[in-house]
Amino acid sequence: MMAFVATIPPFETFYAEHAGEVLALLRRRLGRDRADDAFQETFLRALRAYDRLRHGEHLRAWVLTIAARVAIDAHRRAGEPADVLPELPTEDGRPAYEDLAFLTDTLPPTERAAVVLRYGYDLDYDQIAAVLESSVDAARQAASSGVRRLRRRIT
Amino acid sequence: MTVPRELDQRFRDAAVHAGLLDAAYDVIESPVGPLLVATTDRGVLRISYVNGFEPEATLEDIARVAGKRVLRASRAVDDARHELDEYFTGSREQFDLTVDLRGQPAFGVIVLGELAKVPYGETATYGELAARAGSPKAARAVGMVMNRNPIPIVLPCHRIVGASGKLVGYAGGLDRKEQLLRLEGAML
Repeated sequence: MMAFVATIPPFETFYAEHAGEVLALLRRRLGRDRADDAFQETFLRALRAYDRLRHGEHLRAWVLTIAARVAIDAHRRAGEPADVLPELPTEDGRPAYEDLAFLTDTLPPTERAAVVLRYGYDLDYDQIAAVLESSVDAARQAASSGVRRLRRRIT
Repeated sequence: MTVPRELDQRFRDAAVHAGLLDAAYDVIESPVGPLLVATTDRGVLRISYVNGFEPEATLEDIARVAGKRVLRASRAVDDARHELDEYFTGSREQFDLTVDLRGQPAFGVIVLGELAKVPYGETATYGELAARAGSPKAARAVGMVMNRNPIPIVLPCHRIVGASGKLVGYAGGLDRKEQLLRLEGAML
């Protein structure tokens, strides 16, 4: 069966659609002052990865995860503890991160992000690599070692 | 949540500065109405009359030709804005801007190249332009190229008129064609 695959919109359209929500998330995570730099960093990261995207599915989950990663980096630089995953409502028909939380809670942050994006949102490794700012191979490895770790725990 | 204007502007400037865009555009004011001007690292890619519509279709078109990383960024179109402003105030007769004709068919590129040579304040007919492009019988095809001109004003399709000297047609509307020719002091 041919699945409908969303095409990738011009970056302006993508930015206009998600900029407000990204800023809101960053302000919740970092406070008003630090959110500004993180906002710019989030969309520059997205822009750097944008021409490697192969489809336009789940761009919202993708950019919010980039934002969450940027917030973690900011927390780390400031020597503060941080959570890895953004709160996502389920409106685009995918499980929210929280639905996978009971499984993935105990994973290291990078593996957790990779597992949730791969299996919760069905993103491809190009997109996950962009979020993690890693190579495609490293993204694949993070997801598979996360899954292995979960298996060990479950069985 | 609305993104504050300065923050939004800062991101757009940073995107230009980092060289991450396939194309940048802005909508600029002019005496013939708002113009969407898009540029790439090769030159001006599009000028289109906005006509009050959302420019979504134009952005899709730009993305198809140049790449998906299309962003509104006023700073990137400064050169084009400056030369257009000078043109509209009558202090510039020739554009120094380079043009990006990617995506145009070969015949269109030849015709647009000849079109660029039609001097300020003068007109030529569709047939004359066809002859200059090496296809004297192709007046009608030249008309199609004019109608789809990706960079009007800079590539002066308003200077191309019917065999009788009548203005005939203009993708931006005949009013604008007349307005541009009057600005240039062309005999109408």
